[in-house]
Amino acid sequence: MTKKYDSVTRYERLREAVGNGDVDRRTFFGLLGSAGITAGLSGGIMTAMAQQARAAGTELHFEGWGGVVSEALRKNAFDPYEAETGNKVIDATFGGENEVLTKVKAAGSTDGHNILHSSGVSWYKRWVDNGYHVILNEDNIPNLANVMPAMIEPFRKITPDGLSAVPYDYGTTGIAYNTEHVSEEKAKELGANLLLDPELKGKIGGWGGDWANRAWYGALQSGQDPNDIQDWDAVWDKAREHRDLVLKYWSSGAELMDLLAKGEIYVTEAWSGRVAALQAQGHPIAYMDPPNGLAWMETMFVMKGSPMEESEALLNFMLDPETAIAVAVGQKYPPSLDPTKVEMPEEVLNLPAFDPTGKLEGLVFRDPAAWNPHEKEQGKQWNRVQKGG
Amino acid sequence: MPVDRRPWLLLSPALVFITAMVVIPMAFILVYSFYENIDLAVDVPAFQFGNWQELFTDSYYHTAIWKTLRLSLIVTVLAAVLGYIPAYVIAMTKYRHKWLLLLLLILPFWISFIIRTLSWIHIFGNQGALNGLMNLLGLGDLPFQIMYTEFTVIVGFIHVFLPYMILNIYVSLEGIDENLEPAARTLGATPWQAFREVTLPLSLPGLAAGSLLVFVLTGGSYVTPLILGGPSDFLFGNLVYDAVVTELNWPMGATLSFTLLFLLGSVVILYSRLMGMNQLAKAFG
Repeated sequence: MTKKYDSVTRYERLREAVGNGDVDRRTFFGLLGSAGITAGLSGGIMTAMAQQARAAGTELHFEGWGGVVSEALRKNAFDPYEAETGNKVIDATFGGENEVLTKVKAAGSTDGHNILHSSGVSWYKRWVDNGYHVILNEDNIPNLANVMPAMIEPFRKITPDGLSAVPYDYGTTGIAYNTEHVSEEKAKELGANLLLDPELKGKIGGWGGDWANRAWYGALQSGQDPNDIQDWDAVWDKAREHRDLVLKYWSSGAELMDLLAKGEIYVTEAWSGRVAALQAQGHPIAYMDPPNGLAWMETMFVMKGSPMEESEALLNFMLDPETAIAVAVGQKYPPSLDPTKVEMPEEVLNLPAFDPTGKLEGLVFRDPAAWNPHEKEQGKQWNRVQKGG
Repeated sequence: MPVDRRPWLLLSPALVFITAMVVIPMAFILVYSFYENIDLAVDVPAFQFGNWQELFTDSYYHTAIWKTLRLSLIVTVLAAVLGYIPAYVIAMTKYRHKWLLLLLLILPFWISFIIRTLSWIHIFGNQGALNGLMNLLGLGDLPFQIMYTEFTVIVGFIHVFLPYMILNIYVSLEGIDENLEPAARTLGATPWQAFREVTLPLSLPGLAAGSLLVFVLTGGSYVTPLILGGPSDFLFGNLVYDAVVTELNWPMGATLSFTLLFLLGSVVILYSRLMGMNQLAKAFG
């Protein structure tokens, strides 16, 4: 079966394999060289063949977070879907949804963009506000009945006439640390302030792609409730303190894993599933959610102009308990399925952030009403702070 | 006497293309710079100078301009020094298959620019080839932290842009009469004097054209510092990326884009005033 990835995604996967020790360096460089030569020699032929292939079946363009997440989706959802329906899913990696929004605005069209692995309620609202949403026919997605109401309701409030996405997974952004260089006692004692430990200067990382993530931690470090920030100056002062200790702001999950796996950094805020993936690969990386750590949920968002029946069929396929659980185990993020309705295997029960009650009351999510009004001003401020301002 | 219209007829496809693909889009960008961004990804048509005022009064942008010009200059000087030697060797060699050397020079272009840039992580990283070699030789307190510094950004730029410099110098050197250096030697010049007094001055158009290309290409980049740099390694292009992609503020992004075009365009104009555009044509053969 043909898998469709862009070359950067292939490269990231190969790099991860090298990081895991699955591929030795000599083989890696050999493959890299062969790939370059093959791409150079066969580019024209492949383009012509791809054009012919498009004539058969419906193509759905999927954009997501790359690395192990995309791998889990490809293996457990897209490949079986393609085999069952004859349709094709072409997956690509983005650094964030703002990249996609910029592309569709610049092109004036959503061509080539069908389904996004979209992050949270804020982005759902942004897509809707910009008119890029659809109304899904929920009758075509019977597996939606198994999704936790606590995950559906925030989205239904924004589009009461019908959903444009199905909730798919959730997780937390906590703190990852290398246990060979940072003790568990120290991590527990410092909590969010572990990211400000001067002893780790030059070995600290951070996510550069999201102002709100940085501000959330700035709020925790300055002793404020992240969902009720009163002193933004104090938040950015903490972000500056962090910046002066940072080696690298990472911009994708694959880069996060690479930096931790290779020992470039010892401490960073991190996505729970990515750390679980590193742990499964045997890296000495521990994870902790500090008090009031950030929780989030993700959806599969269908863009305006997408082939609806095929998209709905794919979403239903992805929400099938067998598929959703396999993806969850692969990507290490709990599924959106209600554990009181769907029996979860041991691997899912042990995933970080998993909530057995199905109500998600123990997790702290970003309150869009508290955060969205500040986004324009504070997002700009973060870009400046990040660069030394 | 009838006006000869043939030059204009011959030029017209290129003029139409440049007008459609460069002049009109840039005019749109200039117009967009006067629009107002009222919320993320929400712009309203307007004629106001808020974006330009911010650019002129905010030292954040001035710092970025300084960093961009500084880094572009460093990369250009290093590329000129490092590029001259292989260009000289290729031009002067008596090797029968010179085309093979030129092919080797352009071979890296067959691999994606992003992947070529990322490859440095495997060389300079903590578990990279360089640290591996030093470990093998038992040198120092390993691993050395090399990645995500200005040094790696400069190396990344030189890696990508060096062929442009070498090719320009090579074309210039190739056009020099090969009897000139021996003639200088017969008149008593040492090899170094013959090179300094004859070959180097005659190859200056190529060196200058290569320098112009490398300077402008570096000044307009943003991906290399994003991949290989640390928090303080950024160029003006990164601010354009921030404004357009992360802040979704296209009017400010348009203002910054036009400013970058103006700055780099000024360098080209300065070059043409100092060297003359005909020198650029000479350099390209």
